Amino acid sequence: MTQSTLPPTPAALPPKTGDPGAPGGRGRKSPRSEARVFAGLGHIALAVWAVIVIVPILWTFLAAFKNTTEIFSSPWTLPAELRWENFSRAWTTAHVGRYFINSVIVVGCSTFGTMLLGSMAAYVLARYKFWGNRAIYYLFVSGLAFPVFLALVPLFFVVKNLGLLDTHTGVVLVYIAYSLPFTIFFLAAFFKTLPSSVAEAGLIDGCGHTRLFFQVMMPMAKPGLISVAIFNIIGQWAQYQLPLVLLSNAKDKWVLTQGIADISVNAGYEADWSGLFAALTIAILPMIIVYAIFQRQIQAGLTSGAVK
Amino acid sequence: MRHGKYPFVIGFLFAPVTLYVVFVIAPYAQAFQISMTNWRGLSAPQWVGFDNYRRLLDDGSFWKAVQHHGVLLLALPLITITIALFFSFLLNVGGKSSGGQRQGVWGAKFYRVVFFFPQVLAVAIIAVLFQMVYRPNESGLINGVLMKFGFDPVLFLIRPNLALWSIIAVLVWQAVGFYVVLFSAGMASIPGEIYEAAEMDGATKVTLFFRVTLPLLWDTLQVAWVYLGIAAFDAFAIVAVLSVDGGGPDGATTVLAMEIYRNAFVYSKYGYASAMGVALFFLTLTFAALTLRLTKRESVEY
Repeated sequence: MTQSTLPPTPAALPPKTGDPGAPGGRGRKSPRSEARVFAGLGHIALAVWAVIVIVPILWTFLAAFKNTTEIFSSPWTLPAELRWENFSRAWTTAHVGRYFINSVIVVGCSTFGTMLLGSMAAYVLARYKFWGNRAIYYLFVSGLAFPVFLALVPLFFVVKNLGLLDTHTGVVLVYIAYSLPFTIFFLAAFFKTLPSSVAEAGLIDGCGHTRLFFQVMMPMAKPGLISVAIFNIIGQWAQYQLPLVLLSNAKDKWVLTQGIADISVNAGYEADWSGLFAALTIAILPMIIVYAIFQRQIQAGLTSGAVK
Repeated sequence: MRHGKYPFVIGFLFAPVTLYVVFVIAPYAQAFQISMTNWRGLSAPQWVGFDNYRRLLDDGSFWKAVQHHGVLLLALPLITITIALFFSFLLNVGGKSSGGQRQGVWGAKFYRVVFFFPQVLAVAIIAVLFQMVYRPNESGLINGVLMKFGFDPVLFLIRPNLALWSIIAVLVWQAVGFYVVLFSAGMASIPGEIYEAAEMDGATKVTLFFRVTLPLLWDTLQVAWVYLGIAAFDAFAIVAVLSVDGGGPDGATTVLAMEIYRNAFVYSKYGYASAMGVALFFLTLTFAALTLRLTKRESVEY
């Protein structure tokens, strides 16, 4: 808060209508106090928003250690003791552990598949001339314009007819297919910017197209690949509607979002509230840790679509 | 370059194109077809022409959902962009300037990191979190405080005219940080000399914001509006998890995605649900086209 007492704008000259006898504007009060008020109010607003963001999450973490009586009688105090058993109950009895591992498996496979297939297609579409290139490119990119909900009913039956309903394979394939438009759109633009001299040199040296892609172009495209991978991981981790439709009858295959939402929606008055808070903590805490480590990459990755 | 090009191109495109056609293109195409049938999943679908669409016109919950999209479409971008613009201006240009270098206020980096965090969380998880925050008795985060001070609890999700706004507030809570980062990137690319020149002429911070930052950020704002508009047409996860029995109370928060899901997977009215999907598709398309047309204006070169 010390900033607000400093002279805000050393370069400020008096306004045209102002007193011409005050050189440099140092002695003038109005722009300075205006800036001070602005900075002061700004600080308050920023701090208030930070509190609004942090408090619900922090409150959840605290409640995860309480018992039901404490949650209802003293929601604002610290827990009387650290009840770790809430977490073990959430992890095993409420199957949050199962859901968590399912999410890791599904998102791991689908992000890997998305990156592999997406970069292959993007590379070919960006750097090779052939008949139908533009048509295929626009076929993929048009997918960005369609809401998934338009396709939900037929998609359910496509997956069902392939015998992939209630399987992780089905979910993974669907995630990959729906992640391809953005991945290809972004990576094709990225592959286009790579210099062609390296590729030509590789081909002259007898390097095949496939080897050229995996050993030369992929490493060169690393920054772009990382951005898109982060975008896909966070998007697929957050998916709710697709697993809800595609895994509805196989509770042991559910992913984290679906599992926790189910605990919450079906919780009646006899619900295990502290277990639910612990389950929420299990879902949120890893994201905080990952975010703390990869904060800059995540911000860049998630906004990459909009900046383009 | 020519040697073995076609086998390579086909080999690389085969798997992605197949997957995409089977799981994305084919369902989209079928959706239009199914929407013209009375298919309930058991017997073979019967062609009914535009009957489903005619029924949509008389469907109260369909119009309720459309109306809610209208509210979301105005409120969500307007509130989010206003807050995000204000914060990103403070974080980037709000502080003192030294040697022509624009600086944000103290702690700008910390705020940016904290504000962005909700973006990393899944909407379904956030919805569960806010179910706790909004709870109508002393165990809720907000009502716990209110009741401690002797106020009556606010029934955020239960009062029909408050429920939708409670949901919008959560969406804003999540989105603001993303747009702060997005606008910050846009502001960083505005040359410092422009601010300096404006300040030389005696421009205040408020003038700087409206006369310099805002016009130069127009393209980014347009992108933000389209993004938030698309989010306003979805809102499934938040409504399904947070609201009282999926779009309630009494349809006060329902959205098209919710109605599609219910009609398809609860009532098995696949034809009717698909017709809603098609309606949603055209609404989204109209919105995108309108936004791009209405917000079109000369972008400022700098």
